Amino acid sequence: MEFYTLQEFMTYTKGITYLLMAAILVGITGFWLFLTDRDEN
Amino acid sequence: MSRHDTALYRKELYTPFNLVAGIILIIGCVITVLRFTKGLGTVTHLDDNYPWGIWIGFDLLAGVALAAGGYVTSSAVYIFGMKRYHSAVRPAILTGFLGYALVVFALNYDVGRPWRLPYPFIMQQGTTSLLFEVAACVALYLTVLFIEFTPAALEWLGLRRARNIVTKLTMLLTIFGVVLSTLHQSSLGALFLLAPSKLHPLWYSGYLPVFFFVSSIIAGLSMVIFESTLSHHYFADKMDKTHLEEKEGVALGFAKAASLVLAGYFAIKLIGIAVDNNWHWLATGYGLWFLAELLGFVALPSLLYAVGVREKNLTLIKWTSGMTVFGIILNRLNICLIAFNWHLPYAEKYFPHWMEIGISVFILTIGVLVFRFIVTRMPVLYEHPDYKDTHH
Amino acid sequence: MSISRRKFLGWIGAAGMGTALGTSAKAASNKAFTGYPDSMGVLHDTVLCVGCRTCEAACSKVNELPPPEKPFTDLSVLDTKRRTAVEAYTVVNKYEHAGKQGKPVFVKKQCNHCLEPACASACFVKAFAKSKEGAVTYDPSVCVGCRYCMVACPFNIPSYEYDSAFSPRVVKCTMCHPRILEGKVPGCVEACPKEALTFGKREDLLKIARERIQKYPDRYADHIYGEHEMGGTSWLYLSGTAFGNIGMREDLGVKPAPELTAGALGAVPIVVGLWPVLLTGIYAMSRRKEKIAAEEKEQAVAAAVAEIEAKADKKLADVRAKAEKDLAKAEKDKEAAVKREVQKALGEAAAKHEEKAKTETEEES
Ligand code: SF4
Ligand code: SF4
Ligand code: SF4
Repeated sequence: MEFYTLQEFMTYTKGITYLLMAAILVGITGFWLFLTDRDEN
Repeated sequence: MSRHDTALYRKELYTPFNLVAGIILIIGCVITVLRFTKGLGTVTHLDDNYPWGIWIGFDLLAGVALAAGGYVTSSAVYIFGMKRYHSAVRPAILTGFLGYALVVFALNYDVGRPWRLPYPFIMQQGTTSLLFEVAACVALYLTVLFIEFTPAALEWLGLRRARNIVTKLTMLLTIFGVVLSTLHQSSLGALFLLAPSKLHPLWYSGYLPVFFFVSSIIAGLSMVIFESTLSHHYFADKMDKTHLEEKEGVALGFAKAASLVLAGYFAIKLIGIAVDNNWHWLATGYGLWFLAELLGFVALPSLLYAVGVREKNLTLIKWTSGMTVFGIILNRLNICLIAFNWHLPYAEKYFPHWMEIGISVFILTIGVLVFRFIVTRMPVLYEHPDYKDTHH
Repeated sequence: MSISRRKFLGWIGAAGMGTALGTSAKAASNKAFTGYPDSMGVLHDTVLCVGCRTCEAACSKVNELPPPEKPFTDLSVLDTKRRTAVEAYTVVNKYEHAGKQGKPVFVKKQCNHCLEPACASACFVKAFAKSKEGAVTYDPSVCVGCRYCMVACPFNIPSYEYDSAFSPRVVKCTMCHPRILEGKVPGCVEACPKEALTFGKREDLLKIARERIQKYPDRYADHIYGEHEMGGTSWLYLSGTAFGNIGMREDLGVKPAPELTAGALGAVPIVVGLWPVLLTGIYAMSRRKEKIAAEEKEQAVAAAVAEIEAKADKKLADVRAKAEKDLAKAEKDKEAAVKREVQKALGEAAAKHEEKAKTETEEES
């Protein structure tokens, strides 16, 4: 993909970052559960 | 409700407070009709140089900062484990939720086409805009606060099962709340990073997001103290023993925290001047105004809080909290309005239309009324007897 | 190091994550964005402008704007400073005595069609876009009306239809984008009688401007406004005097608008990534502290209980021993007392007996 302006480039990269952020928030919650699943108490 | 009760209720309804509130609501409704039938031009003094007025400067920027009590208190209690402040959580969450709800409500007046407010999410995402970030976080955080508040409502309604499910989520919601608050509190400051040529150099700084975030903590802490004194004044009969007993500890603890954070805020504000070499601006008119804000409403309250804590002087703490809250509002107004467009001649500067102020007061009044409605009914200032000792 | 990097690092550093972001931002800013090739622009030569307002009239006509109060031929309008407005996408301003020999200078003002528009960077619904033809276009069908674009524009260009209740729009010069797509030149450029406006490829315009400066060094200041300002604009200006004298700000810097917020935007995902980790860590720590405290409390309680029990046992034993001793003593005492009493009784009895005997003998005698 080619970008001619910084504005275009940022729109694209930040868009992906936003999707990743949503995934991170869900993922980290799940991961915490996985991590502490076998803890007693 | 028996006959007698109704009569009593009627009598209670005609208090001076209610009368004033009623008048404000009527005027507010009239302005609302004007705003949505005649457009922004009729009810505001906004113009092309000042596209943002007090509805943004006060209702949005200051409003969001002052509603920070929710995340500050819940993170202190649930994350940092300061269980002794537990009774402060519910009122803080309630004020936070109402605060954000009213901010969103106020935005409907300010934006040109409020029915399009969901467009950034459903039509096109302007991901390079800090405002997109703010909008997303505020929308999500409002939801989080709503869920965080539901236990009180569910206890009131007697829905035990649902209530227990929600309280299981407390930790998750608290962490989400802190993440979202960090983001949008700082992003509100970052909005102005885009306008270095319009905001006075003393207020413009690459640290603006940090300044906004740190001062939101101060605002949150001070609001909890401020509002708890007001609540104590008006709703003491609604408070249970735990709340009354913990109240003093909350005031002292929060004042200590606020004093410390204010000191840190003062320090980074100084660093902000140094980093951009703005010292020479201090000797100008705007500089004096900046110093008034920095010394009078940052350094001084920090000191007063400290004295109040050392001497266990709750009256001093109470007054200082009011002063600090005022200082944060002043800071937001400075950035959004007063030091904004500092190049413009005085005649072209903005001063709010009385109807703009009217709407701000109208919205504030709605907030107070809803708060009263809720705390006189739901277990906010006291623990529901059925759920005692179920601290989550 | 440019101010941008310094400020950017400053705020990231303050948040305590300098290294993580420093690299990614560098990656972005190391990339050079040159803008759309062959995009168009307009060169406004203020030295040639005579302030006739023909361009204003043409703009009003091609954009079908309502006619102004005073006709475009009325030059007294120039006596007051104006900015772009809903009913005027372009305005000409007069700067008295700013030119050679104290002559007035006229400057046409309209959207500069930035290469990296601040308005586009600000808009959260992407209503503004830089087109490949050079115009910065606006799409009213998505605009929410937050007016952040107006806050952001460093040239104070966009204007808002505050008087419309149901369909207010942001308005500004379009560089006559529809006309450009039709192969025509912008209305104002076409109308200018003095060729103070030149339409063409931005690159060619820069060349023309440089040539003029070179050819007439005494007529032009050595500065093409818009070549670098705010990262460059498609509308370029030539002047005979410093641009500051003709109402154009020279303190805007050369940094394109999106870079101003890149630092803050870059920190957002880092907060999302690390805050939960940090907060959960603190939570776990305070929970652990609580647990240890609870355990310690339990232990302390147990120890205290044991101690109290031991003490109590000892006390009990003491008490018992003492009681036994007391009992023994008491028994002894009792015995002694009994003995004493007996003796006393015996004594008394003996005395009585004697007395009785005495009286008896007395009676007998
Ligand atoms: S001059 Fe202002 S309105 Fe025009 S493109 Fe640049 S930022 Fe946008
Ligand atoms: S007013 Fe419209 S165009 Fe301007 S930033 Fe807001 S949504 Fe975008
Ligand atoms: S380019 Fe078109 S819209 Fe812009 S000022 Fe000229 S005539 Fe008006």
